[in-house]
Amino acid sequence: MLGLGYNALLVATGAALLGIAAGVTGTFLFLRKRSLVSDAISHATLPGVALGFLVMVAFGGDGRALPGLLLGSAVTAWAGLLCVSWLTRRTRLAEDAAIGAVLSVFFGLGIVLLTVIQSLNVGRQAGLESFLLGSTAGMLFSDAVVIAVGGALTLALVVLLRRPMLMVAFDPEYAAASGRDVRRIDLAMMGLVMAVTVVGLKIVGLILIVALLIIPPVAARFWTDRADRVVLLAGLFGGVSGFAGAVVSASAPNLPTGPIIVLASFVFFALSLFLSPKRGVLATYLNHRHYQRRVHIRQGLLALAQGQPIYERLTVRLLQGAGYARPDGVATEAGKVAAAKSLLDERRWQLLRADADFEATAALYDGLRPLETVLTPDQIAEIDRGLGPEASA
Amino acid sequence: MSGAEFVPLSLPAILIGVLAAIACALPGNFLVLRRQALIGDAISHVVLPGIVVGFLITGTVSTWPMMLGAGGAAVLAVVLIEGIRRLGRIEPGAAMGVVFTTMFAAGVLLLEQSDTSSVHLDVQHALYGNLESLIWLDAIGWSSLFDPEALAGLPPELIRMAFVAAVVSLATWLFWRPLKLSTFDEGFARTIGLPVTAIGMGLVIVAAIAAVASFDAVGSIIVIAMFICPPAAARLMTNRLEHQVAWSVVFASLSAVLGYVLAGYGPLWLGFANSVSAAGMIATISGIILGLAAFFGPCRDRIGAPVEG
Repeated sequence: MLGLGYNALLVATGAALLGIAAGVTGTFLFLRKRSLVSDAISHATLPGVALGFLVMVAFGGDGRALPGLLLGSAVTAWAGLLCVSWLTRRTRLAEDAAIGAVLSVFFGLGIVLLTVIQSLNVGRQAGLESFLLGSTAGMLFSDAVVIAVGGALTLALVVLLRRPMLMVAFDPEYAAASGRDVRRIDLAMMGLVMAVTVVGLKIVGLILIVALLIIPPVAARFWTDRADRVVLLAGLFGGVSGFAGAVVSASAPNLPTGPIIVLASFVFFALSLFLSPKRGVLATYLNHRHYQRRVHIRQGLLALAQGQPIYERLTVRLLQGAGYARPDGVATEAGKVAAAKSLLDERRWQLLRADADFEATAALYDGLRPLETVLTPDQIAEIDRGLGPEASA
Repeated sequence: MSGAEFVPLSLPAILIGVLAAIACALPGNFLVLRRQALIGDAISHVVLPGIVVGFLITGTVSTWPMMLGAGGAAVLAVVLIEGIRRLGRIEPGAAMGVVFTTMFAAGVLLLEQSDTSSVHLDVQHALYGNLESLIWLDAIGWSSLFDPEALAGLPPELIRMAFVAAVVSLATWLFWRPLKLSTFDEGFARTIGLPVTAIGMGLVIVAAIAAVASFDAVGSIIVIAMFICPPAAARLMTNRLEHQVAWSVVFASLSAVLGYVLAGYGPLWLGFANSVSAAGMIATISGIILGLAAFFGPCRDRIGAPVEG
């Protein structure tokens, strides 16, 4: 398939599973407005990788065994997470300061340990630095299996815990009031983020795994307001990015896996930002143009009805386009009818807004909305009584 | 440790470390108070593609094109983050995460695609800096400090860092009152006519200058640590901004000196032959200081603040 070797295909499958798990887990983090906590978690894995190596070498093993390194990284990532939560709860430091402090200090400690390892002169430590940016080159079959299984397990746990996590992400106070233990659910959420990070270390690297937790959910959020669909879409975006990134990266030399996967997910983000039907930039622009058009036509019709000249060129052009006016700004027959109707509508609104009985309805006035759409014919007839004989003619 | 060994090998690096730490910690105080502490993190990630592009355009590892590239990338990142936040109505943290990870990924890809292996430009350098290699070959001892000929051979990073630290200090001093007002009470600052948005942008620009200059000499890891750890520790020591800034400068200098000395000489004292990463050790020490402040600092409690989750 795709001309990939068996190993490369396994890596791509692992990357896809990781992408799905990261996108889905990241959604809960994003909805909880804690996306950047993942940054602290991922940087805190580095000392764990180094410690795992040191411990395994001390016991005479191969320092590069992936399960041992991942176990070590999980331990320090959890420690970093506890530091962030302790600093945020027990001191007056804000969460962002706690995140930044933990990520820089743990990362610094990790670099210190890496240089310690370099000076030890034990063999085969070169692979450790690939954890910074991820690398699938030289990945063993067993490594790929560890990643694929880890990604699948994480995903299964997320599916199990999705309901309480969604509840906490949307409304922690309501969740607490309905008897959920918010702190434990939060910890579970963070534990899953940690699992995704640890699993992703080898493929995407600790600096870039954050991207897979943040970008797909942000992209997915553009397309729907329903949380379950955001979760599914984020998983889809993440999975496709992971798979495509791994395949592209395997297709040519000098295409590092982690950055390619991140850039692939950014493509989804950029497309969503511009093209999504409701929140996208393009849709917002078109809506604005549509609104602008309506305002200009309405104001132009009112001017026609009152016999005032129109100086605004855009207004004339829009009226002409709608068949309400000739190029010199004189109303057509259809224009006269529409203008009279607009003026009548405007007068009725004025009466309505002066009437205390219609206070709630008057708040709907925006200079565009026809009165028929908010009142019944009976109510309009009642208002028309205030217009006097000459207007109703 | 004699002067003949210390002055050429360690003094410039320690001075550069201290200057970089102070230059980052000063704006860091305001960033921490404004809950923008992670701006330093974002800037130091996005600087990478800027440096690579600067290198690719000029083909040399000279300082100015790379600094310009880095500055351009920092500005682009700030614009992108603001743009995405507003256009997409996304919370600032997520917008920042999208931008800095993508730009960093682009930087790494560019680096791998271009043949930079022959020159001293790689990801590790960007992360760890090269503090240990900033030596002053012309010095023969303490007397060199008064010898104009030897002083001319000082590492250019030292002079640049001193200049940037001076600019940052001066800016902090000049804009002290508006900065303080707009940080603590933005609404009030606005009502008395202060350009609050411009002050915020100015702060980020100063932070970017400090980050880019320090990045070149000491690597991104010190930059991120110094933006946050000394100011955060100082915040737990006092309730007065003046004192906080003073504490942060003390903590930053202490981290730089202790970290460098421990990295360079600590392993020797323990009987190991090689030194460890100075940048990593400086960050670690700043973390230890923050930890001590979090346990023993006089003003560490969240008084009156709502208990979260």
